[in-house]
Amino acid sequence: MKELFPAKQVMGFVFSLILTAVALLVYFTNMSFAVGMTILLVTAFIQAFLQLVVFMHAGESKDSSAIYTNIVYGIILAAITIFGSLLILIWDM
Amino acid sequence: MEFFERFAIPHPSPMIYASMVAIALVSIGILVGITYFKKWGYLWHEWFTSVDHKKIGIMYLISALIMLFRGGADAILMRAQLSSPEMKLLDAQHYNEIFTTHGVVMIFFVVMPFIFAFMNLIVPLQIGGRDVAFPRLNALSFWLFFAGAMLFNISFVIGGSPDAGWTSYFPLAGNDFSTSVGTNYYMLALQISGIGSLMTGINMITTILKMRAPGMTLMKLPMFTWSALITNVIIVFAFPVLTIALLMGTTDRLFGTNFFTTGNGGMDMLWANFFWVWGHPEVYILILPAFGLYSEIISTFSGRNLYGYKSMVGSMVLISLLSFLVWTHHFFTMGQGAFTNSIFSITTMAIAVPTGVKIFNWLFTMWKGKIRFTVPMLYSVGFIPLFTIGGVTGVMLAMSAADYQYHNTMFLVAHFHNTIIPGVLFALLAGLTYYWPKFFGFMLNEKIGKSTFWLVAVGFVLTFFPMYITGLDGQARRMYTYSEETGFGPLNMLSFVGSALFAIGFVTLVYNLYYSFKNSPRNIGSDPWDARSVEWATHTPIPEYNFARLPQVASSEAFWDMKKKGHKLFTGELKEIHMPNNSGVPFVLGIIFFIAGFSFVFALWVPAVVAVIGIFVCMALRSFEQDHGRHINVKEIKEIEAQYEEVPGNEDRSHTTTRV
Repeated sequence: MKELFPAKQVMGFVFSLILTAVALLVYFTNMSFAVGMTILLVTAFIQAFLQLVVFMHAGESKDSSAIYTNIVYGIILAAITIFGSLLILIWDM
Repeated sequence: MEFFERFAIPHPSPMIYASMVAIALVSIGILVGITYFKKWGYLWHEWFTSVDHKKIGIMYLISALIMLFRGGADAILMRAQLSSPEMKLLDAQHYNEIFTTHGVVMIFFVVMPFIFAFMNLIVPLQIGGRDVAFPRLNALSFWLFFAGAMLFNISFVIGGSPDAGWTSYFPLAGNDFSTSVGTNYYMLALQISGIGSLMTGINMITTILKMRAPGMTLMKLPMFTWSALITNVIIVFAFPVLTIALLMGTTDRLFGTNFFTTGNGGMDMLWANFFWVWGHPEVYILILPAFGLYSEIISTFSGRNLYGYKSMVGSMVLISLLSFLVWTHHFFTMGQGAFTNSIFSITTMAIAVPTGVKIFNWLFTMWKGKIRFTVPMLYSVGFIPLFTIGGVTGVMLAMSAADYQYHNTMFLVAHFHNTIIPGVLFALLAGLTYYWPKFFGFMLNEKIGKSTFWLVAVGFVLTFFPMYITGLDGQARRMYTYSEETGFGPLNMLSFVGSALFAIGFVTLVYNLYYSFKNSPRNIGSDPWDARSVEWATHTPIPEYNFARLPQVASSEAFWDMKKKGHKLFTGELKEIHMPNNSGVPFVLGIIFFIAGFSFVFALWVPAVVAVIGIFVCMALRSFEQDHGRHINVKEIKEIEAQYEEVPGNEDRSHTTTRV
């Protein structure tokens, strides 16, 4: 029975609904820009990670280490690009 | 009539009218010729619809060579215009268009297809595979590249060429300063061929990771395949930035958005930033496959295994990361602070370290080797000192404070040609000569090949070394003329003479192809160079399925093991081989993309929308299509294999040959 019931996926689905609800709070309640932005960013990243692990099955095949290496590499490069651009065009202009 | 006025050239000259006539005549000639010799069916079945990696590679190769002559003609015109003060050959506008198209054509439509040609031709063979992971996607990549290249090339006869430099900086490239459709061509042609590049990147990574022969672990990959893997990783991470930047640029020009404008919250410097976030990794996308080719060639012709395999791999991995950390060095003078410039100066200089490691590895491979000075080896030996000079001037440019002196001068032009020509172009010519017999069944003439090398090498030195001097003396880049008092005249004349030698070198290259096709012997066996890695273990000409039995690999030079150490490369029974079916969809999609691109360039919305719908229809049809490929059964394989054994000496020669 344990094999047949996709507990992980159901939990993931419920959790992603909760994350969506939290993100919607930013729109429906009156909060400062900084707080709202922080909530959005945090929920967005958790949501993306959740989707990747639970619904896109990262880590379930035998080349999971390659998948995670690629994701980490992508995140590092995106961060370099974004913070580098901010440094060049705004913080140190 | 008003409708057609938009297609007119904004700045016509007799030279452009002559080109129009020439293009029309050549096109009609080709169409009539193909019809007369009844070759349409052959072209369609054997080439246009082919998903065979070898045929796609050859099509990339031919396109790259044709485009090389387009870009080379631009270069000669520029050098002629600058050969003496106050020259009247080209006017300022025409000169702007020519340096723009020269840069774009050489980077996107010569070097990129050239490296894709080698990846397609060699990677599946080197990993002992039968094709790439996604053969139809591979065909689509090629046809998208081809559509982009053609779209870009018709710009100079329909509507006018882009004229904002190959970097196409805003606000110059915006609607206020570039009023012709030229920059639209730039945005859309690069977008279309860029999508193709991205697909190739994904395809090649999957191929290398998933389709290796039994026993070939990652650390037993031949060096060219390693370089292709790293290159494609860079492509996958860098090209999305270009895609988005081009999209933003296109909407700025066509739909009045304000990403890169100077008013309404736009930021023109963001274009330069995005362009180089992609543009610097692009430099390594060009050079790493070239390094891979040199590694193969130097180890073959020194008769030794490659020195420092692990450090070669490590330095490429390091280069792939560092290549994303240096982009600001292309615009040190844009106005950001000294702190930022210092960071990027240091990261830039750091790249010289892994590159230096590679240079020493090649030198140590040659050390005490029994070097055979064949044409490919000549290019490789010429590359090492010339490229090192380019690298050293690169470190000079990397110092941000000093860069204020060099920026936008001919010194910079000399530097990047000094890295790209010995680094990439020499490698491509060396690789062409080295792999030619494998794919075409005859060798290129050594004598003519050597004269090509000397003409190209001497032509290169004479063309670009004087620019270091005139650049330091203050000759600005992209200026269409200069006065006599500047004193730049004699050195620029020397440059012109050098570029003429260069041009003669390419004429000898073409003559060599013709001469060797006519005169070279055809019974050269499958291993004419006494080479080391698995791609030479197939027959020549290569059967459609590459290997009848997949090779069993135990080192990075399994073929050498087979020849010298008694390694059993092919064992086991023949089995049925599963191959992909041909498809006309990639070719049709290429045409639709071309129509879409052309319509967007001229803001013809109805055909643009129809073409975009057509693209989605093609994709939807594909997802409903059932295509399980086809099987070549054992009997057919035996028949094909038997043909090779009838050629005298075809098999045995590879074991004993030491010929050159």
